Amino acid sequence: MELFLDILSWFFLASGSFFCLTGAVGLLRFPDFFSRIHATSLTDTLGAGLILTGMMLQAGWGLVLPKLLMILLLSFLAGTTASHAMAKAALKSGLKPLVNNEENQPGEKPSKP
Amino acid sequence: MSFLALTALAIVRLNDLFAVVMLSGIYSLLSASFFLSLDAVDVAFTEASVGAGISTLLFLASLKLVGRYEKKSRYKPALALGIVIVTGALLIYGTMDMPHFGSPDSPIHQHVAPRYINDSMAEIGVPNIVTSVLASYRGFDTLGETLVVFTAGIGVMSLLLISRETKDHSKKLVPADMQQQIILRVVAKMMIPLILMFALYVQFHGDYGPGGGFQAGVIFAAGVILYTMLFGLGRARQVFKRQVLELLTATGVLLYGGVGVVCMLMGGDFLDYSVLRHDAIHGQHLGILLVELGVGITVASVMILIFFKFTWRTVKHKYNP
Amino acid sequence: MNIIGLYNYWIVVLLMMIGFYIVIAHENLIKKLVGLTIFQTSVFFFYISMGKINGATPPILDEKWQLYSNPLPHVLILTAIVVGIATTALGLSLVVRIQEAYGSIEESEIQVQDTHDQLECQLEAYGPGPDFTILNKDLTK
Repeated sequence: MELFLDILSWFFLASGSFFCLTGAVGLLRFPDFFSRIHATSLTDTLGAGLILTGMMLQAGWGLVLPKLLMILLLSFLAGTTASHAMAKAALKSGLKPLVNNEENQPGEKPSKP
Repeated sequence: MSFLALTALAIVRLNDLFAVVMLSGIYSLLSASFFLSLDAVDVAFTEASVGAGISTLLFLASLKLVGRYEKKSRYKPALALGIVIVTGALLIYGTMDMPHFGSPDSPIHQHVAPRYINDSMAEIGVPNIVTSVLASYRGFDTLGETLVVFTAGIGVMSLLLISRETKDHSKKLVPADMQQQIILRVVAKMMIPLILMFALYVQFHGDYGPGGGFQAGVIFAAGVILYTMLFGLGRARQVFKRQVLELLTATGVLLYGGVGVVCMLMGGDFLDYSVLRHDAIHGQHLGILLVELGVGITVASVMILIFFKFTWRTVKHKYNP
Repeated sequence: MNIIGLYNYWIVVLLMMIGFYIVIAHENLIKKLVGLTIFQTSVFFFYISMGKINGATPPILDEKWQLYSNPLPHVLILTAIVVGIATTALGLSLVVRIQEAYGSIEESEIQVQDTHDQLECQLEAYGPGPDFTILNKDLTK
């Protein structure tokens, strides 16, 4: 049983780190502000959630488990709201998202508006 | 640690002050996690809340007032670089004799620290040794620190005065676009009570885990600042009136000093909590509780007051030509 | 002399020097304040890294652990962090007032304005100095 819990928590921790890393890669490689926020908010929330689940499996039944659960809920709430606030602020100050025009052939980079 | 050096180097090179402030927030957060790996949990907590939270906020508020970009300097900084390199070389030469990282028999661990670690449970009875040292063994230093925070609050109040004739405009000062931020308002309404409750938890749990007065005060101020940002400065100033905040600032310091004076009146030394109750350990517990409460009240109200002063300055520029 | 054992002190010195350089070489007052913050944080590292013992636990008393890290640097640095934020807040309010009084926060422009104001005050107080225009006369004639 211990071994099963250990393997499961290893799986969660590894996949959580993988998602966080891909979020970081997306932050660097995407061309536009809005796509970057989209990439990082989705992957970071998922990655943090998986890492916290892995830690919860390691913690066992004690005082630490509800605390980790509350951290998970807080990161869900706060992380997504923060990226929503960023996108709204960017829209309000006039930044327009990068749109794919119909004249572009498939495989070409989209032009900036 | 190398990440920290890289971040600091990036701060040197950048001209965009907004990016510099954000990078300094990242720097504070990285240093907080680094403190955690060095077993300094209280310090990491304080650095994360103060450095990555309040400090970044104040820098951003003042950046709104002074302008975002830094002008390029016209002279070559060769002399400054020379001075810096010479000083750095001298310091590195000075570190050659220092004890190695993590060794248990360096001189810092020999004299006072074993006494604190060994006798803290018997004399004070509080598991968190940092809190017992901060509030009881070195309580006088903490009184000085609270006074420093109080003085900073007074200094900011006297520098950034709120003039009286604009007092009646305060009710109209909710920016119109903030009315439409439904998602942010709903989430904030859910989170602000939890944040304030967490601040109280940190305040009173400082005896058993990392925490204490400073962190609690800063977290409380962060909750109030979130409310101010979303519901407008006018409404927040109606809820947290200026006179009440100023009174609370002084009350915290008065509470701290008052506990010390009461100890003297009961026959002990200044800030000797053992005489407060029939039993020395209970007296210490009561003394630490009251003292941390005083610290938390002062820090929270000073941080809120400073934020209000800065924000009022930005709003005044926008609404009063 | 073991390099690995001293690595943490060298990083501290590096960060301290970076902060020092920002304070003396850059002109913008806000950037100087950020550099001061970096300087302060490097000093915190110095103290905390000296307090760590290999194989010890954070200084919260527990039955399972025998060896604790030194709590005394933690207390000192806790005080230092709070004092640092207090001075930063005061410094920022001073910068805001300087911006309103001088119109800029670049150090060279502020010095130019200060010198200008000082010369004007002297002119008002003592009157114009002796007439040096005689030196411009062409003496070869």
